[in-house]
Amino acid sequence: MQFDGDLVEIRFGAGLSPLQPRPASAEQMLTRLQGADEMAQRFPVSSLEDAAAGVREFRRLSKDRKRQEGQRGYEAADKAFKSYRRAHNLARFGWHGQRLLRHVHARDGFRERLALFWADHFTAQGKSPAMRVLAAPYAESVIRPHVAGRFEDMLIAAATSPLMLHYLDQNRSAGPGSRVAKRRKRLSGLNENLAREVLELHTLGAGGPYSQADVRQLAELFTGLTVSREAAFIYRPGMAEPGAETVLGESYGGGKAELEQVLSALRDLARHPATAQHIAWKLAVHFTSDTPEPALISHLSARYQESGGALLPVYAALLEHPAAWETDLRNVKPPFDFVASACRALAVPEARIAALRPGQINRLLLAPLTPMGQRWEFSGGPDGWPEEDGTWITPQALAARLRWAMAVPRRLAQPLPDPRVFASAALGRFANERVQFAAGAAETQAEAVGLILSSPAFQRR
Amino acid sequence: MQLTRRSLLTRSALLGCSLAASPLVTPVSFAAAPWDTRLVVIILRGGMDALDVVQPYGDPEFAGLRQSLSGGPAAGAGDLDGFYALHPALAPLQPLWRQGELGFVQAVSTPYRDRRSHFDGQDLLEAGTAGLGEASGGWLNRLLQQMPGVEARTAFAIGQERMLLLEGAAPVSQWAPGAGLAMSPQAERLAGLLMEEDPLFHNALNEALELTRQDMSLGGLDGAEDDAGAGMMDLMKAPKGGAHTGIAAYAADQLRGDTRVAAFSINGWDTHFRQASGLKAALGRLAETILELRQGVGPDIWGRTAVAAVTEFGRTARENGTGGTDHGTGGAMLLAGGAIRGGRVLGRWPGLAEADLYDRRDLKPTGDVRSYLAWLLHGVSGAGTAALQANVFPGLDMGGDPGLLL
Repeated sequence: MQFDGDLVEIRFGAGLSPLQPRPASAEQMLTRLQGADEMAQRFPVSSLEDAAAGVREFRRLSKDRKRQEGQRGYEAADKAFKSYRRAHNLARFGWHGQRLLRHVHARDGFRERLALFWADHFTAQGKSPAMRVLAAPYAESVIRPHVAGRFEDMLIAAATSPLMLHYLDQNRSAGPGSRVAKRRKRLSGLNENLAREVLELHTLGAGGPYSQADVRQLAELFTGLTVSREAAFIYRPGMAEPGAETVLGESYGGGKAELEQVLSALRDLARHPATAQHIAWKLAVHFTSDTPEPALISHLSARYQESGGALLPVYAALLEHPAAWETDLRNVKPPFDFVASACRALAVPEARIAALRPGQINRLLLAPLTPMGQRWEFSGGPDGWPEEDGTWITPQALAARLRWAMAVPRRLAQPLPDPRVFASAALGRFANERVQFAAGAAETQAEAVGLILSSPAFQRR
Repeated sequence: MQLTRRSLLTRSALLGCSLAASPLVTPVSFAAAPWDTRLVVIILRGGMDALDVVQPYGDPEFAGLRQSLSGGPAAGAGDLDGFYALHPALAPLQPLWRQGELGFVQAVSTPYRDRRSHFDGQDLLEAGTAGLGEASGGWLNRLLQQMPGVEARTAFAIGQERMLLLEGAAPVSQWAPGAGLAMSPQAERLAGLLMEEDPLFHNALNEALELTRQDMSLGGLDGAEDDAGAGMMDLMKAPKGGAHTGIAAYAADQLRGDTRVAAFSINGWDTHFRQASGLKAALGRLAETILELRQGVGPDIWGRTAVAAVTEFGRTARENGTGGTDHGTGGAMLLAGGAIRGGRVLGRWPGLAEADLYDRRDLKPTGDVRSYLAWLLHGVSGAGTAALQANVFPGLDMGGDPGLLL
């Protein structure tokens, strides 16, 4: 295998940048991945814990406003709530700008890609106005610290995070025989949503070796995982179903209800061979093509099993396999990656993003993702975004990409680069003859830049 | 290949010719539509709770299974026939029921069993096969492959979402209302050149340009666009809430012309928690969508329109501990339109006693949703039952004709 700096930055990284040298070797990429998360330090995003404090304040002010209804203090309470709600929602735009800047400036673009990949694998979304902004803080605290670690640690972090528990309705699930249920509280019963998605999406995969009985048993085992009034994770033994549960033939608990039993089941699921296969397949699809080579999948799966789910060796297996180095560009970049890699190619200055008001960030960089088919942080379901190229390049979504590429770059990079220079900055050795021709034949500089970004050579990786 | 401006001009002239000759851009008014009746298929993603939508309040077990989600006329549902009642959020559709323009099939499902995954369930519903991975593409596309005179405008997938049921070898159109693309003629040509060798991009671009022209002629977009900057940004606003009515209005526009099939989806049926509010909102969107379609096509075409709304599976018969329901098996399908023989709830009722449930938890399916769809396609398009059973829904036994259409 010939290490190819242009290809590696496009396929495994955040795209080519005029500011950053290409990685020199796979070893260098893996070493950087083990080092400090430079971009998270330079462009911070709130932690889940800090953001949860915001959720509490949101709820407090909302409750206060309700209490004041019809009374003299209502106007002030209403004003306080609305101004807080505005700031709360606008924070999301600021975090979006920070995450884009990470893509622009990253030396280890592979980390940015992996952070996106795993946040999508463990999709979690807020379903109430107070919780709706938490997706970025969730990715920051739950996903990012584990991308170069062990899969089981990431699984446990996700399955016990307040956002996931809220998203998949686990927070209210109580065992029918639990103490809480015996007190006949309203809404005290089992909900199997999280258990099902952990098996189907997060670990074994939809075709995996589990049955409805396993779903049910895991749901019973999960009872007690919930969210405190302070919007933090808490294990409440009083909600846990008494007795042992059997998941995939393995028995858990039986004595006093304890969190450790749940974690132990999650670890076993993480180490299951079907999980290795499922994760290997997902990585191969994401980084190579919609129909990855079976040899690559088995190579990754074998490494996953050898490493006990340690992820760095799996990434090393990916970077060493010839199937990952096919030189034709295949996968279509999803909308976020398209916009982020365009910003990277344009070398959008930090000061430019900093100068944008939150509403402008939304208008230029976030809202346009929706007509491209990706309402960012609100995928249609817990399975996250699709990988198939055809789902992204529909007439309406391609039109949205072209509209963005023609209109927005001039607002982000002033002056726009010379199109011929930009073609090779953005595409390196993939700037083919058609791209170079279009760069020179367009009527305006903005159209030329837009056309370069619209070329299949830029939109595929 | 050496490209020069001269060769570009020649190439784009060629491209221009081939575009004009392509079925995508043949003026629709010259085409002969392959049949007359309009079909709208709505995929209800998330697993709609049949028992809450078409409430079998006459079943002695029903009240016991649904304690906080109480149902029946006593809880505000509209009585349909003394046994079933309609969820109050569908009350705007009650007049259609009375006119025989609304009907249901209860206790149906695809052959998908036991795993209860939305995504596999939807894939199977849209593939129309007995098992997963048995065919690529979807049943609605395979119907088009059977019919003479089909062109890209015959069938439309509308909205941003993927519609597997229309994927396949037959040409179809897809678009989201208001998604237009305005570029200078030179930029259009160069974009065409850039994408020419990549069929995925090239086809999507040609469609986008053509549909933009159509949108503009419908007055959907402001065509005058000289400062690309400002105008383009206006086009880039994300669709607001109420997208479902925009989609329905766009579908109606197409169906008034030569389009015969429109498919889109309505999401929000996955009601694990506090179903009462979640289902109410989703049913409200469904009712608005149907009424918008009816108004949009006008009385004449509505009389020749059949709407079918289907979901990947039903939900548990018993309410769960959080005021919701979990993934189940048997579900309901909704039929509407002036072409429908409505005012009836079809399907054999299996009963709700524990022993009658599927797996002791779900409504037991007593019919295959595909056979109702197949009879619907037969009635709408005239496709033969042999072709429907062999090709459109491979291996399906359609059984007796339920007489869905007038």
